Amino acid sequence: MNTHTKTTYLQDDAIDALLEQMGDRIRSLLRERAIDDPAMIGIHTGGAWVAERLHRRLGIGLPLGTLDISFYRDDFTRIGMNPEVKPSRIPFEVEQRHIVLVDDVLHTGRTIRAAMNEIFDYGRPASIMLVALAERSGRELPIQPDVAGVHMPLLPGQHITLTGPDPLCLTIHRGSRKERGDASEAETA
Amino acid sequence: MSRPDIQLQPDGRLRHFLTIDGLGRDLLTDILDTAESFTGVSERIIKKVPLLRGKVICNLFFENSTRTRTTFEVAAKRLSADVLNLNISTSATAKGETLLDTLRNLEAMHVDMFVVRHADSGAAHFIARHAAPHVSVINAGDGRHAHPTQAMLDMFTIRRHKGEFTGLRVAIVGDILHSRVARSQILALNTLGTSEVRVIAPRTLLPADCRSLGVHIFHDLEEGIRDVDVVIMLRLQKERMRGALLPSEHEYFQLYGLTEERLQAARPDAIVMHPGPINRGVEMDSQVADGPRSVILQQVSFGIAVRMAVMSMALGSQAGGGE
Repeated sequence: MNTHTKTTYLQDDAIDALLEQMGDRIRSLLRERAIDDPAMIGIHTGGAWVAERLHRRLGIGLPLGTLDISFYRDDFTRIGMNPEVKPSRIPFEVEQRHIVLVDDVLHTGRTIRAAMNEIFDYGRPASIMLVALAERSGRELPIQPDVAGVHMPLLPGQHITLTGPDPLCLTIHRGSRKERGDASEAETA
Repeated sequence: MSRPDIQLQPDGRLRHFLTIDGLGRDLLTDILDTAESFTGVSERIIKKVPLLRGKVICNLFFENSTRTRTTFEVAAKRLSADVLNLNISTSATAKGETLLDTLRNLEAMHVDMFVVRHADSGAAHFIARHAAPHVSVINAGDGRHAHPTQAMLDMFTIRRHKGEFTGLRVAIVGDILHSRVARSQILALNTLGTSEVRVIAPRTLLPADCRSLGVHIFHDLEEGIRDVDVVIMLRLQKERMRGALLPSEHEYFQLYGLTEERLQAARPDAIVMHPGPINRGVEMDSQVADGPRSVILQQVSFGIAVRMAVMSMALGSQAGGGE
């Protein structure tokens, strides 16, 4: 029995418009906090796509960093090794840096916890600002975004995923992950 | 020797890593890819990830090898596992029984993984067969049989320098007869699709079943390394050498020692490898060992990443699988 349904929620121009709003919001937050030299880090894979576009849009001088949090997940002993780990690349000094951390979907908060743990293994940042393209219900940790593109209250069994990198598309799924057959981060995002 | 599938979980993931034999190209490639992602960890300020926090890994060395033990230890520590080092000298009698007793005692201390080095072929398999269901075993060299992590770090080094294995010519030079490293390398190179694997050795240092391993045999060094992309020198296993298989080390160097001059026959961009420790002036000249084509020290660094990969894959596969 296949109970899986799939609805496109946002794509192409709509996402671009969203990114533009998010860029403005990030810019004004940085100004508010008197941060003039932020660095940006995107979380693999979807977060890195979003970060790439925001990084360009904001004209951030430091090169974009990317994190694969596979080695920091709290469910390794439950699900084992992901064979497609990408190397984390932080091409700047983290010590004393103000960091804008970008993910595609903020769900349980566990990915962000893992990402922050990893960032601290590179150094002690001055601050971390959290940005998510979509924020959904289902938080399991006290982690909230500073900037979110869309807020989505989803039902149990519903998931939202970002596909990309070109074009970017936010899709809502209903049904088990196995039926969907994809390997994105919705479970722990 | 046991059936090779003792190494795999029912879903095909790695449970033990005992030999290259029976493992497919996809799994070997997975090991290399996973190792690739671990190389960055060693370059960080904090050279550690929390992946295996709370796991206990026991280096069970029945045969001395400071270097191999150290790289396994470093790998385990970079993954945040706790490490026990046990150097146990083998007694000639009642080995099976002693081994089992040792194993049961350590299992009672809740060890999750054994890294086993033993002078007898099949020792790691024996331990894997008798280990508790949650325990993984990695073979760190057993007799003349296998040394799979060494072979995989060599494959990693080759892939880093040469990319794909198809189209490559690789020569393995030296004491093939006593070398578990060579056996594992030949299996791995062939599984990964290397175009041509050559072995170069005197007749007395070749095993009888050599041809069945899928290699081209040469007895002349210069002829054998002509146009190869990779030259792998083996260590002359002096401690394993019983009886007069060689006239003298000096004569061996005259015939099979790698010099800059002889290396001219290989491709201009050929790399030179050696599992260490080098007997300088026996297997190769210092000029070659320290020269621009030598990647010997890189092998050591990559060895840590490869061992991290194998450890985390084997312990991760204990987790139940999938989601």
